[in-house]
Amino acid sequence: MVEFALPKNSKISGGKTWPKPAGATETREFRVYRWNPDDGKNPSVDTYYVDTHDCGPMVLDGLIWIKNHVDPTLTFRRSCREGVCGSCAMNIDGQNTLACTKSMHDVGAGGAVKVNPLPHQPVVKDLVPDLTNFYAQYASIEPWLKTTTPTPQKEWRQSHEDREKLDGLYECILCACCSTSCPSYWWNSERFLGPAALLQATRWVTDSRDEATGERLDNLEDPFRLYRCHTIMNCAKACPKGLNPSEAIAELKFKMVERQI
Amino acid sequence: MSGHSSMRTPLARVRNLGSSHTGTSDFWRQRLTAVAMTLLIVPVLVVILMLIGRNHAGAAQILGSIPIAIILLLFIIASTWHMKIGMQIIIEDYVHNEKAKLACVMANNFFCVAVAMASIYAILKLSSGV
Repeated sequence: MVEFALPKNSKISGGKTWPKPAGATETREFRVYRWNPDDGKNPSVDTYYVDTHDCGPMVLDGLIWIKNHVDPTLTFRRSCREGVCGSCAMNIDGQNTLACTKSMHDVGAGGAVKVNPLPHQPVVKDLVPDLTNFYAQYASIEPWLKTTTPTPQKEWRQSHEDREKLDGLYECILCACCSTSCPSYWWNSERFLGPAALLQATRWVTDSRDEATGERLDNLEDPFRLYRCHTIMNCAKACPKGLNPSEAIAELKFKMVERQI
Repeated sequence: MSGHSSMRTPLARVRNLGSSHTGTSDFWRQRLTAVAMTLLIVPVLVVILMLIGRNHAGAAQILGSIPIAIILLLFIIASTWHMKIGMQIIIEDYVHNEKAKLACVMANNFFCVAVAMASIYAILKLSSGV
């Protein structure tokens, strides 16, 4: 829904400033969004100081340092810490990205590192967004090979050229940085599939081995599911893997026109 | 995120009423009318410059030319069609109440058709020297 102001219970108020670590020669300020579903209070932004000599260079390293040394209640998702799993997607200094691959030296021009959850999603706690709808949208594009021809004895064959067409599509790690950076997705997340699911849809529509291309396009052809994309390109700017969902969606629209004209 | 309290599964909510299998025609027509307007805008501006300062008889004389009248008519059709599609997209983006959305889309259609018809009538009337 379009909302001109945050709902009353989402307005950010106050926040605690935690003491600087004793004995630290160099610190970096972190301003982190906090919200606890159990205390009935509005969200706040807490200020922490990270001892940069005692932790790694990435924003995720800073958050883990805070959790280990200052405030164990700080909640965020992380797993691989090398940009493969997509768990630590969050909004850092106004840009959706992965905390594990974002160097804290590259944000905030030496000032505070501002960390918020992915925008316009319900928050579970602190930096953890509820991505239930996002995952259901991915499931709705049926991201698996669909064939009618009996499965061959060995494997489904694909030429090198056709395999190359999947480059720039298959690398997506479903971190949701793109979809949650898209204004169209903010306003219509219930009906617009969003850049991530549509990039994956393109991946399966493009796959030369798939025999359900027409059905896949049928399923997408809708003013809301597909055509809410207005080529704003926030998705391409946000993608921490350097992919271009906007271009993939344009490819889908082109195929829609191609089969009609 | 309405419906999160619903007992329907997330996938059922995403699938909802299914795909409408429409949208491509509007997408194509929006581009078609955009290209048409790009081609027509220079001749239309020339005609407008020719019309500046003319009285009714002078305007009727210029619009009496068949190519000039047709250029203006084509521009009106392309621009009002483009306007209708563009405004509908904005309504679909921002108006979420189903009743308000229906009313807005209907009003948009009425408005664009009325603008187109009034403009076409005016051009034909002047063009025929009445």
